[in-house]
Amino acid sequence: MSGRTAEGGRIDRTQRLKFQFDSETMFGYPGDTLASALLANGVRVVGRSFKYHRPRGLMAAGGEEPNGLVRLRRGGRAEPNVRATDILLYDGLLAESQNRWPSLKFDLGALNDRLSPLFPAGFYYKTFMWPASLWPTYEAVIRRMAGLGRAAESPDPDHYDKQYAHCDVLVVGGGPAGLAAAQWAGRTGARVILADEGAEFGGALLGNGQRIDGGAGMDWVTGVVAELGEADNVRLLPRTTAVGYYDHNALVMLQRVADHLARPEPGQPRQRLWQVRASQVILASGALERPLVLSNNDRPGVMGAGAAQTYVNRYGVRPGRRAVLFTNNDSAYPAALDLAQAGVDIAAVVELRPTAPLGWLSRLDEQGIEVLADRAVVAVEGRGAVKAVQIGKLNQARDGAIRGMGRRIECDLLCFSGGWTPSLHLFSQSGAKLDWNAAMGCFLPGDAVQAVRVVGAANGDFALQDCLDQGAHAGNFAANQAGQRRRGRGPRTPVADAGPDLTAPLPIWSIPGGGRGQGCGKAFVDFQSDVTAADLRLAAREGYRSIEHVKRYTTTGMGTDQGRTSNINALGIVAEALAVDVPQVGHTTFRPPFAPVTFGALAGRRIGGLLDPVRRTPMHTWHQANGAAFEPVGQWLRPYFYPRDNETMAEAVDREVLAARSSLGLMDASTLGKIDIQGPDAAEFLNRIYTNGWKGLAVGGCRYGLMLGEDGMIFDDGVTSRLGPEHFHMTTTTGNAARVLDWLESWLQTEWPELAVYCTSCTEQWAVASLCGPNARRLMAALCPELDLSPEAFPAMTWQAAKVAGFETRIFRIGFTGELSFEINVPAGHGPALWQAIMAAGEKYAITPYGTEAMHVLRAEVGFIIVGQETDGTVTPHDLGLGRMVSGKKDFLGKRSLSRADTSRPDRPQLVGLLADDPAIRVPEGAQLIAGANPAPPQVGIGHVTSSYYSPTLGRGFALGLLQGGHGRHGEAVHIAYDGNAVRAVVTPPRFVDVGERAK
Amino acid sequence: MLLLECPWCGPRSEEEFSCGGEGHIVRPLNPDELDDAAWGDYVFMRRNAKGVHFERWRHAHGCGRWFNVARSTVSHEILAVYRVGDDKPKVAP
Ligand SMILES: [Zn+2]
Repeated sequence: MSGRTAEGGRIDRTQRLKFQFDSETMFGYPGDTLASALLANGVRVVGRSFKYHRPRGLMAAGGEEPNGLVRLRRGGRAEPNVRATDILLYDGLLAESQNRWPSLKFDLGALNDRLSPLFPAGFYYKTFMWPASLWPTYEAVIRRMAGLGRAAESPDPDHYDKQYAHCDVLVVGGGPAGLAAAQWAGRTGARVILADEGAEFGGALLGNGQRIDGGAGMDWVTGVVAELGEADNVRLLPRTTAVGYYDHNALVMLQRVADHLARPEPGQPRQRLWQVRASQVILASGALERPLVLSNNDRPGVMGAGAAQTYVNRYGVRPGRRAVLFTNNDSAYPAALDLAQAGVDIAAVVELRPTAPLGWLSRLDEQGIEVLADRAVVAVEGRGAVKAVQIGKLNQARDGAIRGMGRRIECDLLCFSGGWTPSLHLFSQSGAKLDWNAAMGCFLPGDAVQAVRVVGAANGDFALQDCLDQGAHAGNFAANQAGQRRRGRGPRTPVADAGPDLTAPLPIWSIPGGGRGQGCGKAFVDFQSDVTAADLRLAAREGYRSIEHVKRYTTTGMGTDQGRTSNINALGIVAEALAVDVPQVGHTTFRPPFAPVTFGALAGRRIGGLLDPVRRTPMHTWHQANGAAFEPVGQWLRPYFYPRDNETMAEAVDREVLAARSSLGLMDASTLGKIDIQGPDAAEFLNRIYTNGWKGLAVGGCRYGLMLGEDGMIFDDGVTSRLGPEHFHMTTTTGNAARVLDWLESWLQTEWPELAVYCTSCTEQWAVASLCGPNARRLMAALCPELDLSPEAFPAMTWQAAKVAGFETRIFRIGFTGELSFEINVPAGHGPALWQAIMAAGEKYAITPYGTEAMHVLRAEVGFIIVGQETDGTVTPHDLGLGRMVSGKKDFLGKRSLSRADTSRPDRPQLVGLLADDPAIRVPEGAQLIAGANPAPPQVGIGHVTSSYYSPTLGRGFALGLLQGGHGRHGEAVHIAYDGNAVRAVVTPPRFVDVGERAK
Repeated sequence: MLLLECPWCGPRSEEEFSCGGEGHIVRPLNPDELDDAAWGDYVFMRRNAKGVHFERWRHAHGCGRWFNVARSTVSHEILAVYRVGDDKPKVAP
């Protein structure tokens, strides 16, 4: 009978756990996985396959399981596509099968299987080509019918962490080889991390019952784990999968901290992503059992022999009542003995090789188990479950079975062993090549290119004694390489009993279908992606030669299991179809992640408000209290506009603009980039950085400057002021402050180290209140009565240190609106108090705070450019009509580029004003300029709109744009194309409002 | 994820650094005397080497200093780390 054995296994039978699968209540024990508990409850069908919706059962007991993907938990904690073999059972666990509708037993999508001649390899590419307009429809249907699980519908209430770690030796894999490595490395005193994807260390020993030092293998494991657990220099990470191996021994590992609990403990993350930098890495990643490819080899009840052995030994679960084992190597024999021991009726062991190994043969004979050598299972009968297998003898060419030699055996379990594949995904990710070993029928590690060693089964050394010896040696050696001179006081090397020889399988990549009736069923290679041997052969016939192309065309190896069970079989079948050796086909590139990683773990704590830091100005609280709407500018939050009562944005902006033009406006300009520049060569440095001259600027003076890249294109602009003979205060655009500082530093450090200049960011040290409007001087007079504010004493483009409302400030006579302006800089802590003092004193002038949108309108009305809006990295000073800013006397960065043929041609896009005939129209920024009135394509663009606003000053819309040869086209008409229309506009100089004498 | 040795701070992970592209590109002393091709070569043309690449890195999230690295673009092996102004070291890929 199937189900739970009477005793044995690493489960706690004293405690019963209740769980639900597809709303059916079931029971298991601590120590179970969801997979073992489902088997114990008699569940055969755990899911429907990806493309054909065929019923599928569990095939493996570990991370290579391709079929048993479920949706775990509900609500915000729901997680799709989790392998049942990875889920530790807990009380109250909820799981659902996937990819079936309306139910697992009756699934409409299964029609795909009946219609399968319509779904060959490349079906989607071949079929859904035309008409392209129907793609959205096709896609919606395909997505529903072919696919995996559904994501959670509500936010995940749990949190995820990231942790960095450094170590001398990182051991990946906690089987016998990995444990020996960690033990020996640990005894040298080296800092060791041992990670294993399972909940328990022990690897293959957990399932195969092999013996060490005359006792149970797991007793040895328990001793080693206890020793490592007590060592301060060793960190044990169970439930931790190494998923990525990057340059210079950087590895990423996913730790499932609380996935074995219904919900994490308070304060505990659900998962943690480790980023480890290791001096030395030891990969003890084991090997995976390959399926045999034969007709209907995906029926529920077909399972790896090693997996079946693990289910009886580790979990005390019989995966079937009556079993046939089918093998091409020795490993099925001990599995047969263990299954028989657990009470499974072994109908036969079918041996693909001409003769069965004598030693094992006699041991099976003692148990009365029949061995059929030189035979093959050629077909599996049954649909929802295995009912019987058909056995035949292959002909010489191995492309069919010999007639009359067949036999049928009833059974409900078929255990295969198609040989073992060393798990070398991580080794391959480390940049190393793999070498094909024809005798062993698998890839083995080639030369390492990083500080890494592969040991044990991953190295093709399957014997337990080899695993222990290699692990111990590698652990000691790696610790020494990492700088540990001390040799570990060696534990005596443990001695293991001999196990099965796994090194000489008979590789027959695909068993020909020789059975009757269902004998011509599908022979699956990749179970998760539903790829059959016939699909691979079809790809070869259609001309695919590279395995990378075959992979993409057939989707073999592209599932969440990364083709762990399918890669080698697929290679073998393709090589055979192309009549070449496997190395000529090569293998696909292994890429991270080795196992699926949740988005939660990748994001860690960087979600919501922590995704990106938000920078707020010192006056932010005031803006909030006064109803400002905010606009993100880089990481800054800036007041966008300040709506009053029920004002719309447009109404608020108009009011703010008119206030600044007619009386008084106040803007928070604290976000402007500010760099303090000092040193004897500071003026010379600025002379090289900016297009204009700086040596003649007097102390107390301010000057507007343009910075170019060496390609001659505008990079940044701003006003820089001379605070002293060797001291300047530079301002940059808000979004560019860090880049400008980097730019200055790079020239000072690498090209002009002889210049004694020191640059320091002081953006956040100063709060800036920018005051503008016809009443600005009157208000300033009230705020700083001691200062002579007359245009003669304090002219535009100068600065003075003075007290404003009692605060020590720097006042700059600069602005960005064309109006009479004072930019008041105060140490950041005084910003809010100064701001409030200005607002209070300005009340009699109806002082109006304005935001970035009004600032944009004000500056565009007077034709001031914004870097990043009027420029896009392809615009020179001459293009903007700023040729007067470019010095002819000195060299500066980018100067030579301005005279290159393309940079100096006369028909370059140049800055112009644009006034649409209809004054009510506000054209969209980015709209293309075209010559004719007909907007129908094809069109040749002659420029584009860079800025566009409604001007309350003018009572109409207006725009700035870049127009080919625009400087010479004032007065001409162009058309602005958008939304299928062409709006006629007149080209003007880029200046719309004249402030006259009032700004002096 | 490279491990780079800042000459001032020691070994640090790549994410603390920013890469400044090919090193040892000297700004011409008299740009006005160069023809368009020669100036364009300085501004735009880079080696894109397969093998040893001499490049500039900045310890952006550390000391802020620029330095030079000789790196194999094939294996990402760091062959040498040296200061700005030092000559190219002799390295074998
Ligand atoms: Zn540094």
